[in-house]
Amino acid sequence: MSITSFKVDGLNVQVDGDPQMPLLYALRDDLQMNNPKFGCGVAQCGACTVQLNGVPIRSCAVPVSAVSNQSVKTLKSLGTPEKPHPLQSAFVEEQVTQCGYCINGWLMTAEALLRKNPKATEDELKEGLKDLKCRCGTHVSILRAIKRAQAKILTGAFA
Amino acid sequence: MKTPNQSLFEASPSLEAGPLTSGEHVSPQALSRRDWLKSSGALVVTASSLGYVGIAGMGAGFASDALAQQVSSTKPALNAEELDSWIAVGADGRVTAFFGKVDLGQGLVVALAQIVADELDVDYSMVQIIQGQTNTTLNQGGASSAVGIQAGAKPLRFAAAEARRLLLEMASLKLGVDSATLVVNKGVISVKADPSKSVSYQDLIGGKFFNSKVEWNKKFGNPLEIKVKAQPKKPSEYRVVGQSIPRTDLEWRIYATGEFVSDIRIPGMLHARMVRTPIAGATIESVDASSIKDIPGARVVRERNFLAVVAEKEWHAVKASKQLKVKWKHPVEKLPTHLKVFEHIAKAPVVKREEELKKGNVDEAFKVAKKIIQAQYHWPFQSHSSMGPACAIADVKADKIEIWTGSQKPHFSRDGVAKLLAVDPNIVTGHWVIGPGSYGRNDAGDAVMDAAMLSKLTGRVVRVQGMRHDATAWDPKAPASIHMARAALDESGQVLAYEFTSKAFSRASIESNEADPHDSLVGMEMGLPARNGVGFGVPLEGYAFQNKRYAWEVIPDLIKQASPLRTSHLRDPVGLQIHFASEQFIDELAFETNTDPIDFRLKYATSYRDQELLKALQEKSGWENRRAHVLPQKGPIVKGQGVAYAHRGGTMLAIVAQIEVDTRSGRIWGRKFTVAHDCGLVINPKGLRYTIENGLVHALSRTVFEEVQFDQERVTSVDWLTYPILNIKDAPESINVVLMNRPELPPTGAGEATCRVVPAAVANAFFDATGVRMRQAPLSPKHVLQALKAGDKSTSSTKA
Repeated sequence: MSITSFKVDGLNVQVDGDPQMPLLYALRDDLQMNNPKFGCGVAQCGACTVQLNGVPIRSCAVPVSAVSNQSVKTLKSLGTPEKPHPLQSAFVEEQVTQCGYCINGWLMTAEALLRKNPKATEDELKEGLKDLKCRCGTHVSILRAIKRAQAKILTGAFA
Repeated sequence: MKTPNQSLFEASPSLEAGPLTSGEHVSPQALSRRDWLKSSGALVVTASSLGYVGIAGMGAGFASDALAQQVSSTKPALNAEELDSWIAVGADGRVTAFFGKVDLGQGLVVALAQIVADELDVDYSMVQIIQGQTNTTLNQGGASSAVGIQAGAKPLRFAAAEARRLLLEMASLKLGVDSATLVVNKGVISVKADPSKSVSYQDLIGGKFFNSKVEWNKKFGNPLEIKVKAQPKKPSEYRVVGQSIPRTDLEWRIYATGEFVSDIRIPGMLHARMVRTPIAGATIESVDASSIKDIPGARVVRERNFLAVVAEKEWHAVKASKQLKVKWKHPVEKLPTHLKVFEHIAKAPVVKREEELKKGNVDEAFKVAKKIIQAQYHWPFQSHSSMGPACAIADVKADKIEIWTGSQKPHFSRDGVAKLLAVDPNIVTGHWVIGPGSYGRNDAGDAVMDAAMLSKLTGRVVRVQGMRHDATAWDPKAPASIHMARAALDESGQVLAYEFTSKAFSRASIESNEADPHDSLVGMEMGLPARNGVGFGVPLEGYAFQNKRYAWEVIPDLIKQASPLRTSHLRDPVGLQIHFASEQFIDELAFETNTDPIDFRLKYATSYRDQELLKALQEKSGWENRRAHVLPQKGPIVKGQGVAYAHRGGTMLAIVAQIEVDTRSGRIWGRKFTVAHDCGLVINPKGLRYTIENGLVHALSRTVFEEVQFDQERVTSVDWLTYPILNIKDAPESINVVLMNRPELPPTGAGEATCRVVPAAVANAFFDATGVRMRQAPLSPKHVLQALKAGDKSTSSTKA
């Protein structure tokens, strides 16, 4: 047992326990956060995605000790209904989700993708998103929404 | 027969289960959740079992004092015959409708609110839908067969119409005018000739109850219907129905402000993981509880072959489930392996044969045929593999049981838990909270039953969630099947007779709901014999062949008890299997008779709806009118077009797939699809388009990628690497939906219909592109390369 200190969405947190425990369980069980989801536990689907220092990671396969003294960002701090991230407003406008369980992964991955490469082509977007799963089959509207958000960001509608 | 107090199981001492100490995980969030549940229950239900006895008689002729007596602040107990069990007008004027099915994320609640708003003449935003809660909604069968609108909305529509009629009666008495002189606008009733005379719904009944009866057909589930005195509106009177009202249930998912079932936390709950045998059909020889003794708080819970680990912390439960040492007793039965499953089906004895459709004299027609065409098709086992493994929570106390489930049939979960624990179902409350995707009976039905048993055995609130292999290897499967089609043609190429026979595993060896523990893993692991249900299906379309025979034959289950290959319903149950075969075969007939595939269907599908549907598809899809595979293709990437058409539950649809095949890699890209869709009256066009789109992509994944793999001992597809599904690079570039709105016809289902036409359309397009028939699904790169290598088999086996 040991204590791991790190930041989540700007707040300092401490988790006491098995350092090999995946970050996902620290977020969900110890810190009682809902937004990263358990999907596979083996980094194959993306439902558990958070960002570590701005880079998307699969929290189900990263030990909590690996984020010690670092900064973790979850969907919770991406935006709010009052102050949405353009991706979130685009997902609402395009009425994307069916069950919605995978959406955390798409949003947290697409945000990093567009931040790094705001002018990404459709093929580049697909390449960057290909390791995310959606079981309900909403891929077509997800891509529509991401392109809508990209247009908003590029035209400065959300500067 | 068992009495309620008699356990389904003989007494059997639990080997390792013992009393467990209470945990300390009490969070403010969890408390607030529980409080919210309590208060939300109280908001919409006046918890009273006294039951108000309504004044007999309804409708015109109420004496004013009788009416006054009838309207009361006491809500009658939940009963399909009580109008108040269907609809309520709150003190704030808001209308609540109680829906005994659930919306799995397709915007069904929006469409329902539109229907209720129109019948009641209230603003759409004033309507809320309570769904799936077992103590406030009636058992309308949960999500089932895509009839949320078709069947599920009907009682709500009638109840809303009846409420409006009664409110008009009340207003007529209050205003002292004949109700025929009244009009309603946004929940306010006024005198047509003198609008200053008015009264609102809120003033008439806000916060009180109608205490009025409706006529009920005494059925539960999908067939539940009610009749009322009121006449529902005519389609020409709809204002909100037909509009693309945006979804109101998205934000919580996108801003992470709401909860899935896996997000529910009950103070003091234990975390559990099931430990299921890696070897199909194995039983427990011994469990080494000491193998997890180093994990804090981890304990084994076992009852016969039902085995789990529990811990105060979730990670410790996960760790224990991986670390626990169990000796399994191998079964005698072996699996045929997925590579030999079709051979197995072909040789297997038939448990039951049914000829569902017989027309004319098929045998005679084959005798006089000039040409007989026949072909056989194969479809593998497939898995739900929902996005996350199922999760459920149960709190089992002697006099009160609560369950939280993502099962799409929560009323049946309640019944199943009551039977499993041998208690009165009335002490069980089911809270439906959406799960990580549901398309039929996935692993959620087992999770809720597991949670209930674990809570009973531990005396604690238990949250159980699966690991990935629980959802992929252990969920109920869609059955593998083979399909034989043959047709008799005369000298002019006219179809004289058509025969279609499926031979397959049952469509549902376990029921499509968990109301009976015999159909659940926990029941079977504790010794209840599996019921091994039998059934399949036949093609549904409108081909007017003179002689037709459609039959199915079901073979025995592979492993009878607690099998990872037990079957149940998955999105459009057996629809993909059957129409993958039947609609490819129709294409083979078109090719044999040198006919354009859409023209061929137009020739035989003669009803006006089918004709308009297929012509719209021909026009809107960019279809090239020609025989299949006549265009020369150059280069490694070849293109093709394919069509398929079918019916489902009154809905008629047709699809064109325009695909690309990379002949080097074997990759199929379903690039563009056009769907013509006729489901009668369209309630919400945008919601319907999205429903069609998502169903199409899910079916495309099943067509191109999905196959449950298993060796002689176990299911070996256990995660997303071993059970690959479509990713965004394989998703279509465009999906064009052509809605054939028919306001004059009642609405029929849309949540599943599109799925059944996708596989054959892709396979037909593949033939158009390559001249090679893909008669075995999935059309995966490996199978495509094998088929291309095997060479040109452009025609089905024919004989003169």
